[in-house]
Amino acid sequence: MNPDDRAGGTPPAVRLSGISKRFGAVQANRDVDLEVARGSIHGIIGENGAGKSTLVSILYGFYEADAGRIEIDGHVVAIRSSAAAIAQGIGMVHQHFMLVPTFTVLENVMLGAEGGPLLARGAAETRAELLDLSTAYGLEVDPDAKVGDLAVGLQQRVEILKALRRGARILILDEPTGVLTPDETGRLFDILRGLRREGVTILLITHKLREIMAVTDRVSVMRQGEMVAHRETASTTPEELAELMVGRRVAAMPRRELVAALGVDAGGGGTPRARSRPQPNAGALEVRGLGWRDARGITRLSDVSLTLREGEILGLAGVAGNGQSELLDVLSGIATPQSGVIRIGERIINRDRPAGPAELRALGLAHVPEDRHRRGVVLGFTAQENAVLGYQHGPAAGDGRLLSPAALACHCAALMKRFDVRPAAPGLRMSGFSGGNQQKLVLAREIEAEPRILLVGQPTRGVDIGAIEFIHGEILKLRDQGCAILLVSVELDEILALADRVAVMNAGRIVGERRLSGIDAEDRSEIGLMMAGIARIREPAAARPAASPEAGSAEA
Amino acid sequence: MTGLPKWVDLGLLPLMNLALAFLIAGGVVAIIGESPVEALSVMLKGAFVYDGGLGYTLYYTTNFLFTGLAVSVAFHAMLFNIGGEGQAAIGGLGAILVCLALDAVMPGLIVIPLAIAAAAVFGGAWAVVPGWLQAYRGSHIVITTIMFNFIAAGVLVSLLSGPLMRAGQSSPQSRDIAEAAQLPFIHDIARALGFPATSTPLNLSFVLALIAAVGVWVLIWRTRWGYALRAVGQSEPAAQYAGIRVPRTVVAAMAISGALAGCMAVNEILGAQHKMVLNFTAGYGFTGIAVALMGRNHPVGIFLAALLFGALYQGGAELDFEFQTITREMVLLIQGLIILFSGALSLMFVPALQRVFRPGPA
Repeated sequence: MNPDDRAGGTPPAVRLSGISKRFGAVQANRDVDLEVARGSIHGIIGENGAGKSTLVSILYGFYEADAGRIEIDGHVVAIRSSAAAIAQGIGMVHQHFMLVPTFTVLENVMLGAEGGPLLARGAAETRAELLDLSTAYGLEVDPDAKVGDLAVGLQQRVEILKALRRGARILILDEPTGVLTPDETGRLFDILRGLRREGVTILLITHKLREIMAVTDRVSVMRQGEMVAHRETASTTPEELAELMVGRRVAAMPRRELVAALGVDAGGGGTPRARSRPQPNAGALEVRGLGWRDARGITRLSDVSLTLREGEILGLAGVAGNGQSELLDVLSGIATPQSGVIRIGERIINRDRPAGPAELRALGLAHVPEDRHRRGVVLGFTAQENAVLGYQHGPAAGDGRLLSPAALACHCAALMKRFDVRPAAPGLRMSGFSGGNQQKLVLAREIEAEPRILLVGQPTRGVDIGAIEFIHGEILKLRDQGCAILLVSVELDEILALADRVAVMNAGRIVGERRLSGIDAEDRSEIGLMMAGIARIREPAAARPAASPEAGSAEA
Repeated sequence: MTGLPKWVDLGLLPLMNLALAFLIAGGVVAIIGESPVEALSVMLKGAFVYDGGLGYTLYYTTNFLFTGLAVSVAFHAMLFNIGGEGQAAIGGLGAILVCLALDAVMPGLIVIPLAIAAAAVFGGAWAVVPGWLQAYRGSHIVITTIMFNFIAAGVLVSLLSGPLMRAGQSSPQSRDIAEAAQLPFIHDIARALGFPATSTPLNLSFVLALIAAVGVWVLIWRTRWGYALRAVGQSEPAAQYAGIRVPRTVVAAMAISGALAGCMAVNEILGAQHKMVLNFTAGYGFTGIAVALMGRNHPVGIFLAALLFGALYQGGAELDFEFQTITREMVLLIQGLIILFSGALSLMFVPALQRVFRPGPA
């Protein structure tokens, strides 16, 4: 953290020089240099697809670089596997946790380092170590709790403990806050600061400027596989970083778009939102008392009621896994409601009179699924085949009985042109497109159907900034044309930027609903509390507004 | 998917796999003291050059085409239909029942289409049961189709040693069907047109198999239903999202797959043998899996793979005939090697080829 370390001749904890990596036609990393001072929190920021994850995967031994050199504490090392990385004292906390949910915390921490064929001794040793680590770094977690029962924030602590127990002195965190509430994020940052105090070097990968400003000492910016800048966090601004990330001035971007895209309020204090749009009228889709249990009988939705009105965006906020996905499934006809009713115009949908996705499309409902790769597209299909997914019986697929490749290509090319999908190659397999372009095509397909109701889940997940701007613009345009829109997102910033009303889900229920009209920061803290479950008894330390711990340290 | 140029992926790679299989098979031939070159030449000549060789090769090809297509249709819905053997057997039952019931009272022009339809319907129905069990009850299709093979074999044994057995003899086979109900041999057609031709079991079923191959291509790549089928195979959640009824599609895919396997019996019963004998399916149903695998589940590839296997069968028989030391088992070994390298290890050379053909640094 102390810049003098480098000047004073202490070698940096990590030095990467000239790292290049190519996957087929994609140059994921091009001649990347990076220096991370010992005992500092170093952020790597960049859009999705900028090459951040590839770079740390090389450092952690998942991939081998085509060219370049890795030095740890001044020694050149070859890291060909994650075992080699661990031996060098490198630990990684993945975006998706690598934990066995049915094991206890202790068992998970031991996994892979049991220390002999019999467990008893290793378990005792691990328990003692776990206790030491917990007290040293403020990482409290019950060693005998089942990991599957723990909140996401605590599971992440288990991951950190796992890495530390293996002797990690360099800790890589890949997008660690994606699944956390604002409150949990604040606590994670406290833990990271504690680790830094104890001399642990931390490499934080993120695409959120807010986090970089809040917790890092230095920051490196990546764009299109290249390292474009290194900055002291204290001497840079979110605007500068945003420009470096995007590669153009973002001042021209509307402030709300910038907030949504970058997770930072680059324009300073909150301003009252000004909205000009047609007054919303009658409900286009009404949900009353909806309940749904999954195949194992676990209640995922209980007593959900909401109304989507024409010309209005209802934002559905909540931490991932609180029933938003199930609600989208039920509303789009993929799952059948087990209790309650959905009304679209004259059509009443309930347990006895279900409506499948095909019928709902005919009723004017379009759906941009939140899991693009699983539901929204068929990755093995070409773009032109994906452009009619769900509309394969319509004229876009061909006039006659048979599919017409010419009609498919023509239809797809038109969509690609209108929505600026690149490359504009209808015959290319979907897996060959970037996330942003895949999403643009999905959105194009659904908007092309001229829906009266649009369900849209995580519209900008895994999407680069340029595309985020575009996608948000299209959603707003559709609203202004009178479409009723349900926007489900785990990015609170996105909801604040787009929605007219917001409903918050927690544990399968709508726990609050309000119209967005005040100051962003106010909305943010209140909604943040709801996301965490308002019924919960809160510790005094967490009672302050959720946005403040980060903002506070950014100013420091 | 391998990121290689198309001609490498579809041309060079299979050829390399094939060459490696032949190389190792040649090594084995050399070890037992025969000349690999001579053996290969006998095989090729036996399959394509010798009198009647090509006819036999294409006759085997017909069987492999039907069973390979059957496996591929199911595979496009990501269903592993291991039950081609049983579906062909039951398809044969359908065909022979129609023939035995009607061949004396109706003309061939009615009996033959009816028998073909019956083969397809019986084979399809036999595959629908495991398909339904998978779609609505969650039983795994691999397990159920394997079990249905045994059930089909049992049904055939009991019928062929009982009610269907030809009167006055004790071997498990039906009576011959009337000449009118037999599919004409190609050599008979050739002779009628004035060309001299050696007698082989090759019959009009070959044409039927080619039509089926074109039909499968149209079905899978040019119909909305084929689109739905492929969507189900590639991503069930996406298919649900698209409003495709997944269980129904699974059952229908199995029905078509079973019908194609059932049609293999047309070649054997109406075309070549003119009666139903026990075990007439002779493993063609299983080899169809390898054919589909090698042919990458595309009708063109399946035709080429079926031709290769047909040539192996016929050339192998010739090998067995000409060399004392090369036995039927030896020929099976060669086939096994080809399946191993072209199927199970088909991507073995991909990393090496990627190094050669990778796009140069930008």
